[in-house]
Amino acid sequence: MTTQTTPSYSVIGKRQVRKDVPEKATGAAKYTADIAFPNMLEGAVLCSPVAHARILNIDTSKAKQLPGVKAVITAKDTGDILWGHSPARYDETTLAVDKVRHVGDQVAAVAATDEQTAKEALELIKVDYEELPAIFDPIDALAEGAPVIHDRYPDNITIQVHNHFGDVEKAFARAHHIRTDRFVNSKTDGAMMEPQACVAKPDLSGRLTLWTSTQVSHYVQRTLAIALKMPVDHIRVIAPNVGGGFGPKASAHPYEPITCFLAKITRRPVRLVLDREQVFWHNRARHKYVHEMKTAVDREGHLLALDHLSVLDGGAYSSFGVITTYYNGSLLTGPYRLPNMKYDGIRVYTNKPASGSLRGHGGITNRACFEAQLDMIAQDLNMDPIELRLKNKMGSDEVTCCGYYTGNLSVGECLEAARDKSKWTEKKGKLPPGKGIGVGTGFFVSGAGASVYRSEVPHSTVILHVSDDGSQVTAYSGSNELGQGSNTVIAMIAAEVLGLTVDDIQVISGDTGRCPVDLGAYSSRQTLMTGHATKKAAEAVRSQILEAIADLFQMPVDAFTLGDGMVLGTEKNPEKLKLIRDKYRREHRAFADVPTDGPLTFREVNRYLYNQSGSVVGKGTYSPGEIQEFKDWKGSAVGSSPAYSTQTCIAEVTVDLETGKLTVDKVTLAHDCGFALNRTAVEGQMEGSMCHGLSETLFEQMLFDDKGQLVNRTLGDYKIATALDVPELDAIIIETNEPAGPFGAKEVGEGCIIPILPAIINAISDACGAVIMDLPVTSEKILMALKAKEDAKTDRFVSEIPPNELKLLDIAREITQKWEQNFKK
Amino acid sequence: MKMVIHLNINGKEHELLVKPNETLAQVLRGPQLNLTGTKQACELGDCGACTVLMNGRAVNSCLVLAAQADGSEIETVEGLAVEGRLSPIQEAFMEDGAIQCGFCSPGMMMSAKALLDKTPSPTRNQIRLGIAGNLCRCTGYYKIVNAIETAAHHYNGKEGKSE
Repeated sequence: MTTQTTPSYSVIGKRQVRKDVPEKATGAAKYTADIAFPNMLEGAVLCSPVAHARILNIDTSKAKQLPGVKAVITAKDTGDILWGHSPARYDETTLAVDKVRHVGDQVAAVAATDEQTAKEALELIKVDYEELPAIFDPIDALAEGAPVIHDRYPDNITIQVHNHFGDVEKAFARAHHIRTDRFVNSKTDGAMMEPQACVAKPDLSGRLTLWTSTQVSHYVQRTLAIALKMPVDHIRVIAPNVGGGFGPKASAHPYEPITCFLAKITRRPVRLVLDREQVFWHNRARHKYVHEMKTAVDREGHLLALDHLSVLDGGAYSSFGVITTYYNGSLLTGPYRLPNMKYDGIRVYTNKPASGSLRGHGGITNRACFEAQLDMIAQDLNMDPIELRLKNKMGSDEVTCCGYYTGNLSVGECLEAARDKSKWTEKKGKLPPGKGIGVGTGFFVSGAGASVYRSEVPHSTVILHVSDDGSQVTAYSGSNELGQGSNTVIAMIAAEVLGLTVDDIQVISGDTGRCPVDLGAYSSRQTLMTGHATKKAAEAVRSQILEAIADLFQMPVDAFTLGDGMVLGTEKNPEKLKLIRDKYRREHRAFADVPTDGPLTFREVNRYLYNQSGSVVGKGTYSPGEIQEFKDWKGSAVGSSPAYSTQTCIAEVTVDLETGKLTVDKVTLAHDCGFALNRTAVEGQMEGSMCHGLSETLFEQMLFDDKGQLVNRTLGDYKIATALDVPELDAIIIETNEPAGPFGAKEVGEGCIIPILPAIINAISDACGAVIMDLPVTSEKILMALKAKEDAKTDRFVSEIPPNELKLLDIAREITQKWEQNFKK
Repeated sequence: MKMVIHLNINGKEHELLVKPNETLAQVLRGPQLNLTGTKQACELGDCGACTVLMNGRAVNSCLVLAAQADGSEIETVEGLAVEGRLSPIQEAFMEDGAIQCGFCSPGMMMSAKALLDKTPSPTRNQIRLGIAGNLCRCTGYYKIVNAIETAAHHYNGKEGKSE
C-alpha cells in the first residue's frame, strides 16, 4: 500500500528484480568461504577458555611439529599495535598480548594444509594462564578496587557522556506530571546467517589481497594497514557476496589481520572461517543497557523534559561503544518535540565479549523504554496513546533540542496510517481481557554525518565508465552489498539518469583495489550517500554526451535528452545523424546493432565519442557537509545525519492470563522512507527489520555462566524467529520526498526494527495490565507480573528491574555527580 | 584411511574418496565436487542452510556423514535449473524478492522443493512448516512464503527435477 502517487520515472520507484539474484538462486554466487586457491592453507584460531587471565607462556613447539602445520603464530608474531573502531579508544590487538579479557579472546592461530590438521594443532598449543579476578557485571567493574581490564582505563569506563540540552530542572519545576521508569535488556547477537570468513592471498611483491565478509571494505583496509604496518594500498580488500551483516560486520575484526599475518608468514593463500561459536564470541552486537527515564509533561500532555540515565555493559573492548553511548542519548531527541533533555550515559568494560553495533544501533532499548513510558503517561492523563504522540510530533524543517535538522519527517502520517489500517480506534480499550493493541514509534538516521575517523573525505565516490561500444555502463563504488540491495539501487539510479535499463548497468562494489572510496554499509547510509554520488556521476556522463551532441549538431544542449536507450532530439537532423553513424561504422566492423533510422542510440553516441576522445567516464562524490551544518557540541557528529526516518508500528497480541503465554497476532507497520526507489526491496527491509525486532523482543538473550562462558552458543540454543513465529503483517510505505536524498530517498534498512519492541510491550500492557520493562519479554516475566499485579490489586503493574540494576543506577548517579562537580570547577 | 563411496548428484554418478568423519556438506563443498552452492552456517543442524535432498527427502547435509549417503541420490541447489532453464522455485524466489543476502536461499529452496514434490498445493501454514527448519535473518520470511506459494502455482511435480 502506498499513500501517495509516485512521480513518473522509467526505472526508479518500481519493483525491480535484484541484479544479484540469478547467481544467488542457482548457487553460483561465491561467498568468502567458497573461495579456494591451489596451495591454499586452512587457518584456525585458539580461543581463551577463561575470562580474565595473564598469559605467562605459550608453547607452540608441539603444534609446529605436527605434519601439515605451516605456521603457528602468537602475539610475538603479530605485535602489540593497538587498533579498534573509534580512533580515540583503540584497545585491541590482533592476538592477545600478555592477557585475555573474555572467554573466546584470540590467543594463537595456526595455518595448516587442511582444516582438521589446523584444529588438531590448536590442541597441541600449551598456554599457561594465571587467572585474574573477572568481572561480569558493571556494578563490580565500577566498585572501589575493582580488577582493571585495560590499564589505560583504570576505572573500567570506556566513555561517559553528559549532555545538557535546554534546562531540564526548570522544566520539571513547572510540570503537571512526572514519571520515572526503568528498563533493562539482555545482550543480543547479530545472528546473520553467514559466519565471518577471510581468505588472504599474498602476491610475489609482498602485497596482500583479503576477501572478507564485511560491511566496510574501506575501514577494514585502513585497520589492516595499522595492524600489519603496511601501506594502505598494498592491501586490497574485497567483499564478495556477503551473507548478511546487520552491524557486527561494520568494523574490522581480529580474524582479518590474523589471516593476513598467516598468509604473509607462509607466503601462501590462507582461508579462515569462523565456526558459529566463534561468531557468538566475536559478533560485536547489541549492548546490554539499563535505563532510567524521568519524563515531564504539561496538563495537555506536551513533553517538557527528559532526564535519562543509562549504563551500558560494553564487554571487553570498546568496539563501537563510544558511538553507541552518544546515540543512546541523542536519538531520543526526535521524532517528538522535546525541548529539554539531560542525558548521562556510562559505558563500562566487563570480561564478556565486546558489544558494538546491531541493526537500529543505539536506538532500540532507549526507544522501547521511552515509548513504554509515553503509553503510561497517556494512561495517567487518560489520553489515547496515539493522540499523545500526535500532539508531540515533530514536523519537517525542525531542529531537535540537540541540533538535528529533521528535513522531511512524516511522524503524523505514519501514526495515522498505522492507526487507520489497524482499525485502532475500534480496538483500543475495547478488546476482551487477554487481547491487546499497542503502538510504538521510531526515529533513525539516514547515514552518519561524520566518518569514523575524522576527515573531510567525501563519504562516497562513484565512477561510471561507458564501454567503448556503448553497450554497457560500469559503476565502480566502494560501497558494500550485503543483501540489502544496494548494488541494484546504484544500477537503478544510473539507469534512470542515463535513460537506460538496469540490465545495461554493471556494478562493481566492495573492492578497494578497483573502486573509489565509500565508507560502506552502516548507519543506513548507502541509498542516500552512495545514491547521491551515483546520481552525480551519471549526470556527469549525461552532460558530456549531451554537450558533445549539441556541439556536433550546432544546437542548444536542451534540444536533446537521454531516454529509452537513445539520444532523443538527434532525429531532427537526419543528415548530421547519418554522418555520425557512418563515421563510427567505418571505424570497426564489430558493431552489429546499427539502426537504419530513428534517433542516435546511447550505444552509437558512445562509439562516436570513444573514437574521438576515448571512453566516457563520469565521477560523482557526496559529502554530508555540503547540505548540513552541525551544531557544535562534543559528540554532535554522532547522530547528525542528512535526513531522518520515522516509523510507527502497531502490534496486536493475545496473552494467556493463566500461563502468561504471549502470541503476537498481527503487526501494522508504516515507514517514512522518502521516495521508495525499489519497492520490493523497501518492503523486504521493512519485513526483515520488523521480524528481527520481534525476535529480540520475544526470544533473544546471550546467557553467561559465572565464569563468563556463553551458555547458549548455538543457533539451536540462541533462539531467533523462524517462519512459524512471524505474525500477519501490513507494511505501509509512507512515500515522501526527502530534499536531502537522491530522488527524495532516505533510509529503510534499520528504522523499522525500532518500533516493534515498544508496540509489543504496550500491547501486552493493554491486554493484561502488565508492563514488562525487561527484554526479552518471556511468558515467565508476564506471568510473574500478572501475579504481582493480582497481589497489589492494581489495574497496572510495571515490572521493576532487578535490585543489582537499581544499585548500578545509583552508582552511575554518583559518577555523574562527581563529573558535574569537576566540570563546575 | 579414506573410503570410496558412490553418489548420484543432480543426476550424475560420482565415485568419491572420503574420510569416515567427513560430512555430506563437506564433501559437496570440497575440492572433488566444488558444489559450494550448499552453505554452512552452524554445522549442527540448527539453521538449515545446508539442506539438500537425499533420496527425495530434505536433510541437513552437515548432519549426514558422506559414508552414510553412499549409494544415495542427492539433489542440491545446482541441480534445480535444468539445462540452463530455471525451476519455478528459483523464478519465484527471484521475482518475489525472497532473496536478500542469499545465504539461506539454497537450503530454503531445497526445503521448498521437498515440500512441493510431496504437497504441490500447500496452504501458507504448510509452507511455514515446510521451512520451519530454515533460518533467515533478512526477510522476515514473508516474501519466501509468497515465493513458494507462487512456485506452487507453476509446479507440476516434474518440473525442475534433474533426470
